[in-house]
Amino acid sequence: MGSIMVNTEFLMEYLPILIFIGLATGMSCFMILASYIIGRQKPDAEKLKAFECGFDPFDDTRGKFDVRFYLVAILFIIFDLEVAFLFPWAVSLGAIGLIGFWSMVVFLGVLTIGFIYEWKKGALEWE
Amino acid sequence: MIISTIVFYALAGVLILSSMMVITSKNPVHSVLFLILAFFNAAGLCVLLGAEFIAMLLVIVYVGAVAVLFLFVVMMLDINFKDLQSGFKKYMSVGGLVGGILLAELIVIYSSWSFSKSAPENIKFKTPDITELSNTEALGRILYTDNLFLFQIAGLILLVAMIGAITLTLRTRDGVMKQDVSDQVNRKREDVVKIVKVETGTGVA
Amino acid sequence: MTTVASGLEVSLAMSQIELDLNVVMPEILMAIFGMLLLVFGVIRGKNSLRLVSYGSAIAMVFVAYMVLNLPVEQENAFQGLFVNEWFSSFMKVLILMGSVISIFLSLNYLENNNMNRFEFPILILFSTLGMMIMLSANDLMTLYMGLELQSLPLYILAAFKRDNLKSSEAGIKYFVLGALSSGLLLYGISLIYGFTGTTSFETLSQTFASDENISIAVIVGLVFIISGLIFKISAVPFHMWTPDVYEGSPTATTAFFAIVPKIAAMGLIIRILFGAFADLIEQWQQIIVLVSILSMLVGAFAGIVQDNIKRLMAYSSIGHIGYALVGVAAGSIDGVRGVIIYLTIYMIMSAGVFAVILSMKKNDRMVENISDLSGISKSNPAMALLMTILMFSMAGIPPVAGFFGKLFIFQAAVESGLYTLAVIGVLTSVVAAFYYLRIIKVMYFDAFEDKFDKIQGKSLATIMTISGIFALCFIISPDILFSTASEAAQSLWAE
Repeated sequence: MGSIMVNTEFLMEYLPILIFIGLATGMSCFMILASYIIGRQKPDAEKLKAFECGFDPFDDTRGKFDVRFYLVAILFIIFDLEVAFLFPWAVSLGAIGLIGFWSMVVFLGVLTIGFIYEWKKGALEWE
Repeated sequence: MIISTIVFYALAGVLILSSMMVITSKNPVHSVLFLILAFFNAAGLCVLLGAEFIAMLLVIVYVGAVAVLFLFVVMMLDINFKDLQSGFKKYMSVGGLVGGILLAELIVIYSSWSFSKSAPENIKFKTPDITELSNTEALGRILYTDNLFLFQIAGLILLVAMIGAITLTLRTRDGVMKQDVSDQVNRKREDVVKIVKVETGTGVA
Repeated sequence: MTTVASGLEVSLAMSQIELDLNVVMPEILMAIFGMLLLVFGVIRGKNSLRLVSYGSAIAMVFVAYMVLNLPVEQENAFQGLFVNEWFSSFMKVLILMGSVISIFLSLNYLENNNMNRFEFPILILFSTLGMMIMLSANDLMTLYMGLELQSLPLYILAAFKRDNLKSSEAGIKYFVLGALSSGLLLYGISLIYGFTGTTSFETLSQTFASDENISIAVIVGLVFIISGLIFKISAVPFHMWTPDVYEGSPTATTAFFAIVPKIAAMGLIIRILFGAFADLIEQWQQIIVLVSILSMLVGAFAGIVQDNIKRLMAYSSIGHIGYALVGVAAGSIDGVRGVIIYLTIYMIMSAGVFAVILSMKKNDRMVENISDLSGISKSNPAMALLMTILMFSMAGIPPVAGFFGKLFIFQAAVESGLYTLAVIGVLTSVVAAFYYLRIIKVMYFDAFEDKFDKIQGKSLATIMTISGIFALCFIISPDILFSTASEAAQSLWAE
């Protein structure tokens, strides 16, 4: 196993994050458990029921979302991916020369065409 | 070293547990939340392997966008949990069989794994040591120049995805009152106002 | 790994890039045309379907011309990611033709069925671009990217009639199964890469040629790659989606599905099996033989019970892919030549058949049952005659074109010693002839019910006629196709 692990020096940089995750997990567990133990728990069927103004609940509490959220979300993902491609480019721009620069410009150009299409089509409007 | 081993097992364990919860939990919203947990743990494993960039990509793209989309989709659909559960039992045996075969194959492959003799010379781009060059930069140096062609195809695929999302889901609704500024500005007096001389007693026809 | 670039290196690379760009010029132009038409369509707004369709068709004809007239100084581009030889050029021209035909087939159908949206031809264009990239793939990464670029528009096209439940179902089914097959393919690719450390076809074939101990992982990887690709051509263990998708998709999309993508995927299979895995022929030959037998059987027997003509065409295409795979299994130049001839003839035939299906319209409604054809020889004698020729050709009855396709395939199989395969092929074509002949029987001998509406526009009738005449007159000068196909097949062995 040791062979696939990278050297510890690099991993040490992530130690604060590890400690942070540990603390966060510990804290949240503690809070939930504490309120569970300290608080008074006397559940009964009526208390646990969804509150619906005196009626017996006859419907799911969850409402359906409009399908238009989906379009917004998927367009967001596409541009999110586009931005993800920008990180390595920005970091290595000094080494990849003009080709690298123009290659990204073309990539962005293609997506700009998509953006024009979206805009003209009215996909960005909410009505 | 011991710490990283402990962290590895912790992450891998939570990853497996949470991915099992994804397919077994009754509420699809919980499934998506477990999926997010699984993504986080996978990202942690990637960091342990030194694949920083992949780890961050997993967090940005999968946790930040894909999982949110899943959540939307789950909330958009009117899912009957009982129907889902019945299908689960029905296809359990077949799915289990396929999964079992794949697992057996994996075990066979892993137990008899070998590399080709010429593999070391074949590798076109060797991963530089992480202390010399960060992962992100190493990737950036080959992605936009040597693999320029593939990179541009990726752009086209994203474009097609955009066209697809819009063609399949965008509908223009009728009867929506909308303000069209250019229409308002272009409105001329002659087009809309007509002066009519009305003679007494005839009215406007 | 490129080292930190000095000024000199960059300028050198620049001139290299220019050379590379010349090699992929048809693909670049195709992408640019696609984007221009997209912007044109969206700015023009409604009712731009016809103009964008014509634009795409012109663009594709132009690109086909470019493909045929590429300067031949350089074949490889982008450090071997992409390659152009006669085989890929021939296949590219073929699929470009097929796409142009499908665009003309679809026009009236889209306008009459409330799908008057200009995205249709643009998606066809981008899908065709993906196929062109696939056909020129010389690296597993290019293969995958091309495959995704061709499949994604196909999923959208399947669900194009979005208010129709069946169409949406077809889209979802196709998408989910397509994603699964892509997953299988990627898994296979990763195993192959893990063993050899390369994704380039050339390096792969060198590695397999020099290395005696092929790890079991390579075999498993090869099986996964073949499975992923077989899904795309809908050969048997992975054919389940085909009838549903063919039936559910709008007929214009089905026509495109039947005419074009399979040809591209077959080309890709030939490319990867004879390029990268040429030395593993013992391993993949068994798989291809099995898949081919199963496809021929399913295509022949399951087709018999179909009532819906689109479903029938789905099973028919499964069967035809089975025959084409016989040529791949033969593993020889003759086999590949047979496949090329077969696919060319098949493409032109199915274009004609779908032109007929798209003109099956009664009282302003599209009909798609075989029984709807009953007795139409009385009302539409020309159409019935053309359909008869095409059905004879599909069944492989001499002297029509389809016969020659089968002939060369079986000949190649016999030469390679695959007698069982050839015998099964002949037997299943006899069984399959039953349902092709049944259509002729329905058209000529069943009671006349209701005549079809007059065919709108000239494109359907023209395509039908050309296809019928091609099938009938192919025997006069088959040499043109044969010699071109031999050259194309030979170019794969040139290196």
